[in-house]
Amino acid sequence: MSITVKDLTHIYSPGQPQEQVALDQISFRIEDGTFAGLIGHTGSGKSTLVQHLNGLLKPTSGTILLGDTDITKAGTASRQARLKTGLVFQYPEYQLFEETVAKDVAFGPNNLGLSPEETDARVREALQLVGLDYEELKNVSPFELSGGQKRRVAIAGVIAMKPEILILDEPTAGLNPKAHRDILDMVRGIHESTGNITLMVSHNMNDIARMCDQVLVMDHGRLLMDGSPEEVFRRGEELKEVGLALPDSMEIARQIIEGGLALEGTFLTMEETADAIAAALQAK
Amino acid sequence: MSAFIEVDDLKFDYIKQDGTSLRAVDGISFRIERGSFTAIIGQNGSGKSTLAKNINALLLPTEGRILVDGLDTADPASLWEIRRRVAMVFQNPDNQIVSSIVEDDIAFGPENLGVDPAEIRQRVRFALKDVEMEEYRRKAPHLLSGGQKQRIAIAGAVAMEPQCIVFDEPTAMLDPRGRSEVLKVIERLHDKGITTILITHFMEEAARADHVIVMNKGRLEMDGTPTEIFSRQDRLKELSLDVPAPIYLARILGERGVDLPPGIETTEELVRCLCQLQ
Amino acid sequence: MIRDITLGQYYQTESLIHRLDPRLKIVATLLYIVVLFVVDDFLGFAIAYAGLETAIIMSKVPRRFILKGLKPVFLIIAFTLVINLFMIQGEVLVQFWKFHITREGVHMAAFMGIRLFLLIIGSSLLTLTTRPISLTDGIEALLSPFKKLGLPAHELAMMMTIALRFIPTLLEETDKIMKAQQARGADFETGNILRRAKALVPILVPLFISAFRIAQDLALAMEARCYGCGIRRTRMNEIRFEKRDLIGAIVFACFLAVIVLERFLW
Repeated sequence: MSITVKDLTHIYSPGQPQEQVALDQISFRIEDGTFAGLIGHTGSGKSTLVQHLNGLLKPTSGTILLGDTDITKAGTASRQARLKTGLVFQYPEYQLFEETVAKDVAFGPNNLGLSPEETDARVREALQLVGLDYEELKNVSPFELSGGQKRRVAIAGVIAMKPEILILDEPTAGLNPKAHRDILDMVRGIHESTGNITLMVSHNMNDIARMCDQVLVMDHGRLLMDGSPEEVFRRGEELKEVGLALPDSMEIARQIIEGGLALEGTFLTMEETADAIAAALQAK
Repeated sequence: MSAFIEVDDLKFDYIKQDGTSLRAVDGISFRIERGSFTAIIGQNGSGKSTLAKNINALLLPTEGRILVDGLDTADPASLWEIRRRVAMVFQNPDNQIVSSIVEDDIAFGPENLGVDPAEIRQRVRFALKDVEMEEYRRKAPHLLSGGQKQRIAIAGAVAMEPQCIVFDEPTAMLDPRGRSEVLKVIERLHDKGITTILITHFMEEAARADHVIVMNKGRLEMDGTPTEIFSRQDRLKELSLDVPAPIYLARILGERGVDLPPGIETTEELVRCLCQLQ
Repeated sequence: MIRDITLGQYYQTESLIHRLDPRLKIVATLLYIVVLFVVDDFLGFAIAYAGLETAIIMSKVPRRFILKGLKPVFLIIAFTLVINLFMIQGEVLVQFWKFHITREGVHMAAFMGIRLFLLIIGSSLLTLTTRPISLTDGIEALLSPFKKLGLPAHELAMMMTIALRFIPTLLEETDKIMKAQQARGADFETGNILRRAKALVPILVPLFISAFRIAQDLALAMEARCYGCGIRRTRMNEIRFEKRDLIGAIVFACFLAVIVLERFLW
């Protein structure tokens, strides 16, 4: 299912002295199957935007099409469509509440009114997708798990609803390097096995450059850029002006080029940068 | 330089609810020099946070001994004196601010220590200046950004006029802007002579220290300068720890047949070497 | 949104009312509330309102801000009005179906409405003009004579300070958890009371866990900052009863006297 956002505007407390334009005439389209990244500072409007995509917030004006359904309109079709967007909030482990892992993951499917058999099947499938063992963990309290495992259970709780669009708001916040890599590998795996849209909000440019097909950049409620990682990160000066950095691999490549060694390539990963350097040195 | 903190064969067991114990720190020894900047890195569960809490007597050794400025942390008589000399800043910016007004929160420590009101006011002013938050002194903490909250927490520690501050993953929950704000403040305080202990899992942060301790499964895995530590990339990789970007790039360049001199740590050094090579 | 509640919040500005000794303000507010129940006619309320109005003007707190914080309370006032309007027996003015409105009912409703309104504005003026810390300091100082009887005055004040500090944090947390559960299809708005109560579990459990985590972290942070180290605590801003407080006390006493005289002499 594709996402088409047109002229989306959201104003907090309209008409009041603390009125604040959180989203300002945002338009973009994400094709089905895309791994998209959303970057921008805290307060740039990223969270407000993703909360619109599953109807948690209503726009002041503008439309959001999920597939062909306008979810900003009232009605059952719109409610059904909203449930097709799975939103994983920051620190999702803080929403766990059930006695057992299986029950917690089943919360979403139960709300969808699925049969017990269907729910159970989905719980198994979701836990498998996040890399946890159903048999081992189904009767364990989610609160006895490690931080990384809790986060996986919480993500499974969203995946069990079989969303056709998966949005993750900083899925690696507060994790150490190993857990960080593991969670991203898991996200990549889910994306590949479902073939749906994955939209990831992140502050980590290395991850964005490495993983995404499309990158959206927000600043002060406006959509500043929308393109492939190559296109977006080529505009390094503009990114720096709004306080965003380049991926390490690109930043180092930029400095080497400035230092006088001509490099060719996209430098989206450190390996690409290394290849480019080796090639440039061999050409000499 | 003289040793400010001496850790001697420290062991620490957590007692679990079912009565069994879990060894979090398993026989480690090291020294921290007065005025130095030490980074402690390691995976979650490696015992680094437990170690930090032992240093200012929030936890007491199960076995072994820690001397802080010559005071034994196990001696109840020196407990508060140790906490006055070694302040601590925690990970979650929200959960360590006591008062709903910034300057009242910063005054909390000195008030507990019975400092004279006029002096408290002066300390609060200086502490706010150290973290560049003067214009926020009357604000409510919940209206500030994560980085600003963390700077307020640091000011609260500074106002106690400690000789050492232990930072327990102070940037883990912050965005990049907040992280760089907080790091700048930490470096400035170190420059002013405060013995700094920074627990982190960001290697670029550890690279700024002059002494790095690597923990693994409750044991001390490595102890040395950043250059020494980061030269052991294979071992760090086994421990699932990263290395700073330029060091990683230098290594994979080696794999591609680009010979670089050892000891490259910063992007500037790497760029200079590469441009000389051509 | 849930975060818009400003009841019990402090409004930062410089004014004479803000600078007054918190002990004086607390005692004055308590006496004001008592007096509202002594008043028995509309002239008395008029005088009470005049006094309150003077205080509001002197406090420089914008009226808009005061009223915004009162929104949730208006419901209570409205409820009281309706109850009084319909339930009081007496001379019938209007009648429809099973309901009747009596002269006494109208009188009583107006009376209670005004009283509640003055009471709530009066007490919110205390929190609007007194920093939470001063407020707790004031309460601590006023309660300290009872320490000898075993009342933990300081601990109570500390609890209030922390509660005030973490109300916004917990509200924000509630907002986040609600949204997260809504994103998992939770429905808080439909169904009967039992269903709705059950729908609260996915919010309340994570919220309690959050509160416990905050408590644990905060206790450790306070210990690290030498709270409870046995040295006699000092305060950055010690409460002092100054000349302006004396003047304030005298003015307030005169105001009280006028109201009480009105009650008994008219």
